[in-house]
Amino acid sequence: MSTNRGFVVERWTRLSIASSIAAVALLVVLALAPLLFAANIVDSLTTLFIYLILSVMWNALAGYAGLVSVGQQAFFGLGAYFAIQFSYYGISVYPALLLGAVAAGLLSLPISMLMLRLRSGEFAIGMWVVAELAHLLVALDPLINGETGVSMIALNAISPDDRRAYNYWMALVAMVGLLAVVFALLRGRLGAAVQAIRDDEDAAQSVGVRVLAGKRTIFLLAAFGCALAGSLWLGTSITFQPRTYFGIQWTAYMIFMVLVGGLGTFEGPILGGVIFFLIEYLFGETGVWYLVGLGAAAIVFALFLPRGLWGTIEERFGIRILPVGYSLRMFRSDFPPGGGAAAPDPQPSIKPGVAANESKAPPPVELG
Amino acid sequence: MQDTAASSVDGGLLVGADVHQRFGALTVLDGVSFTLAANEAVGIVGPNGAGKTTLLNVLAGAFRPSAGAVYFKGADVTTFDAAQRCRLGIARSHQIPRPFGGMTVFENCLVAATTGGGLSGERAYQCCVDSLALCQMLHVANRRAETLGLLDRKRLELARALATEPRVLLLDEIGGGLTDEEANNLVETVQVLRGRGLAIVWIEHIVHVLVRVVERLVCMDAGRIIADGKPEAVIADAAVIDAYIGGRGTP
Repeated sequence: MSTNRGFVVERWTRLSIASSIAAVALLVVLALAPLLFAANIVDSLTTLFIYLILSVMWNALAGYAGLVSVGQQAFFGLGAYFAIQFSYYGISVYPALLLGAVAAGLLSLPISMLMLRLRSGEFAIGMWVVAELAHLLVALDPLINGETGVSMIALNAISPDDRRAYNYWMALVAMVGLLAVVFALLRGRLGAAVQAIRDDEDAAQSVGVRVLAGKRTIFLLAAFGCALAGSLWLGTSITFQPRTYFGIQWTAYMIFMVLVGGLGTFEGPILGGVIFFLIEYLFGETGVWYLVGLGAAAIVFALFLPRGLWGTIEERFGIRILPVGYSLRMFRSDFPPGGGAAAPDPQPSIKPGVAANESKAPPPVELG
Repeated sequence: MQDTAASSVDGGLLVGADVHQRFGALTVLDGVSFTLAANEAVGIVGPNGAGKTTLLNVLAGAFRPSAGAVYFKGADVTTFDAAQRCRLGIARSHQIPRPFGGMTVFENCLVAATTGGGLSGERAYQCCVDSLALCQMLHVANRRAETLGLLDRKRLELARALATEPRVLLLDEIGGGLTDEEANNLVETVQVLRGRGLAIVWIEHIVHVLVRVVERLVCMDAGRIIADGKPEAVIADAAVIDAYIGGRGTP
């Protein structure tokens, strides 16, 4: 930070430092949860972590890189399927779950070569086709018994209490790890580059962005993350049925969480994931009406609160807890050096010695 | 008129050599040869549909020409895409502004500085602040670009291109629709850039604005260069007047 040059680019705020400390404290408590809390709470938290992974991955894909995929269940299912394969060939359970996700992540590379040639709507539909194809091909594997499915028998060898704790810890580490990776990527050079691609691919190219490489990085990451969520789900449910794992509902959940929380914000999908988890916890028993409610809520958000809950809060109040963006603050009106003949008139908002915090005067909120 | 096809490849900083651009049956560029010398500012004028923007797209790498070649600093860059050319030092603005709407004005420039300019950290920030200051956009630096009005969107096109620290700047009608005062500001800004040694190609309909900055004027019509030389000479050229007034039926 070089205040002597008349400006400072702010990335962390006091709020973000405070909330990071709070997040670490929360993490310590969460890490000890299997020792502290009742079994059903631990199971619920494991489910929540898996939802959060899915939500954050879909947001990275659609909210930041502009890759609106309705076929992410492909990787959710493939992660679980490959884990079953690895387990069948004698690899012990938890390494098999991780390797399953890695294998699905690797498979996403050739898939990306085809899919990333497509733009917007074509990409969305293409991904759905990929998911259906993956579903059909997996169901052909004799190991899976068609739609009847198969169990990851090796999981039964572990006592239910141990399994609960291992699942929980693996889900926690996976979620925190993936959140950290996404955060680091988005804060770095790639984050700005993929957002530029999202907003205007040709213009991004014109300022030097490697469009395909940027998209591919996010695509691979999201594929791996969704696959890891799938193999973790297998760890908690033991059984694998193609129809369940390759169901479109997984992507519907992801879209719901991200839309409600705030597309293209870092914090939003986390909020959306928690909200989705609570809704499911409270109303999940009501069957069809629960799904109707979810769909209606998603439509309401898309129409009336397109930036989601967090996006709206962020815009109204200028709050950023974990900032991936940049905020420029000017300190002097005699800036800039070297502006020459075209030096700007002194801006009314930039007074000598006074930090003109632009973020305190947010632009008018657009809800259209 | 000059024999434009004879322009030498090694003489210029940015050269389009016998460029043809066809879209299906439509020929938009029909053997255009164009040379931009280092530190030169060239204006391109011509009636609508003359192929000006297409030529700019070919030079910037947005289009791969159907035939012909593009050279930058003597090297053949015909197969390079727009991103590669930008990283080499060719930046452009778009006729219809194309901001990254979901990002702030500052972030728009930062993408350009970190990818096209290859800068990082404080140097990238400094470059963005300089570009925004020059384009009088510092006061909107933290606004999301989609909330900007047309004037600021046009300024952002220029600021973002400058943030890539280019050697060559390709400007496509950044002066359209400006008031006289705004146009004067723009002329001053471009003159500052000239003073920094940038080579500039500027497409503009407002010729009286253009001639205050450029030392050479090129007039295009129907996919060809019909005049190329000192601005006064080109403006007075019979073929140019013909192209604008429209005596095209009588060769």
